[in-house]
Amino acid sequence: MKLKKNIALSDTGFVFDPSTGNSFTVNPIGLEIIGYLKEGRNAEEIKREITARYETDGPGFEKDLADFVNMLQKLKLTDGNGKATD
Amino acid sequence: MKKQAYERPIIQKLNTGLMNKYGTKTEYEPVTHIDGHAVHDLLQAHGSPLFVLSEKTMRQAFRDANRAFKTRYPKVQFAWSYKTNYLSAVCNVYHQEGSWAEVVSGFEYRKALDNKVPGTKIIFNGPAKTGEELELAIRHDSLIHIDHFDELYSLTQLAENMNRRPRVAIRVNMDTGVYPMWDRFGFNYEDGQARDAIHMIVQGDKLELVGLHCHIGTFMLSPSAYGVAAAKLSQLVMEVKKTYGKTLQYIDLGGGFASKNTLKGSYLQGVDACPTIDQYAEPICTAILNAGFTEDELPLLILETGRALIDEAGYLLGTVVSNKRLADGRRATILDFGVNILFTSFWYDHRISPAQPFGQYTEDAVLYGPLCMNIDVVREHITLPPLKKDDRVVVHTVGAYNMTQWMQFITLRPAVVMVGKDQTVSVVRKRETMASIQQEEQVPEHLKHPDL
Repeated sequence: MKLKKNIALSDTGFVFDPSTGNSFTVNPIGLEIIGYLKEGRNAEEIKREITARYETDGPGFEKDLADFVNMLQKLKLTDGNGKATD
Repeated sequence: MKKQAYERPIIQKLNTGLMNKYGTKTEYEPVTHIDGHAVHDLLQAHGSPLFVLSEKTMRQAFRDANRAFKTRYPKVQFAWSYKTNYLSAVCNVYHQEGSWAEVVSGFEYRKALDNKVPGTKIIFNGPAKTGEELELAIRHDSLIHIDHFDELYSLTQLAENMNRRPRVAIRVNMDTGVYPMWDRFGFNYEDGQARDAIHMIVQGDKLELVGLHCHIGTFMLSPSAYGVAAAKLSQLVMEVKKTYGKTLQYIDLGGGFASKNTLKGSYLQGVDACPTIDQYAEPICTAILNAGFTEDELPLLILETGRALIDEAGYLLGTVVSNKRLADGRRATILDFGVNILFTSFWYDHRISPAQPFGQYTEDAVLYGPLCMNIDVVREHITLPPLKKDDRVVVHTVGAYNMTQWMQFITLRPAVVMVGKDQTVSVVRKRETMASIQQEEQVPEHLKHPDL
């Protein structure tokens, strides 16, 4: 399952969901992850990208990614019922 | 290639119309050092969590308060409120600054004696002094503040038995326009009880009435209430002079001045809402000076200020144990300290700062302590930068009451260190161990072997 296709992202971390009218802010790492999700990348690919460039290890990031994706689902920014990183 | 700093990904929904004009973000800079010592180093050396006291801040607060009153009134004496923080190192900082001791139990009384406070400079308050404790106070010629008629009778009897004339005051409760009115301690002003007690003392001629005491409440945000209390006690002092020809030596206005903490439910932050020490001093000193005393008759003004002198000097350092997500989507952060050692989190929304650099993004969170108890909530709502496991935090303004009201519950109590005026760090209370708790226990012989 993927991020909603019509989600609008700004370079400064502003997220807009036109289907609900809700707006969100994300920090730079969150923005990057949302960008990868929009491109259809899976969790493993995202982990590789982030851990290659940031000071975090694999298990630590996996936990944060799962939590972040869980929040995207709670905020209804994903399509369907599955995980955004399936 | 050097990797970039990592911050946990966060997303926040934007709500319109909910912000107040002060915004929600309160922390702009990490608090990495306390009086020149790195938070990380202090925790490394003494374990987490850890209470840190700043001697410099304590002395400065005392000197500010002393100046505020002494520049307005000629005869002022502070008495350190032991129950606020009775670690001996703390008491002795205030004693060195000139404070007497104000105690409310035999335990505190003996602590003051152990701290080498002369008995004549100990004020003995409280509603439950035992006969043995009263005897001790009489022998040391302390100032005994009588709370109720039973105590007055007991003290009179003791004075007769011991052939001594104890120096006493009565505690007076009164309507100062602040509600709820504290009428459970002392004798009431308005219904005549206080005058009856004074009459009994003077006519009985076994006790030496030397002063009057009141303590109108705690964390009082209305300085004018102290003005009312000072005026009423001054009136009573003048009545005693007129009726019995007796000049009382002092008026003791107790404590209750607020610190800069933010009370739960308060719209404004404590630093904006709480009066300064000068704002308390002004109505008190003005009321006594305007009461009609001649210059020679002006009573000594005693203040039992505790919280306002030490709260800001205390910090609690701790560590993030874990992060989790609650069912409603809120972030929950579990810390290694809770209500067991931060008792005042029941009353205040304590300011809590991360101790490491952070970015500009924040998230709403609830902060829990480590206890397996639902009541263990340090902050119900707080906006903080994303914290991760093992991050350090600093809780501000915790010097008052936490190191006396803390509980040895579920876990052991931490060490307390004091950063001295010369910047040295001294342990003023050791971290508890299994042995320090177990040594008080005794197991009957037949229960020594559970035979599982």
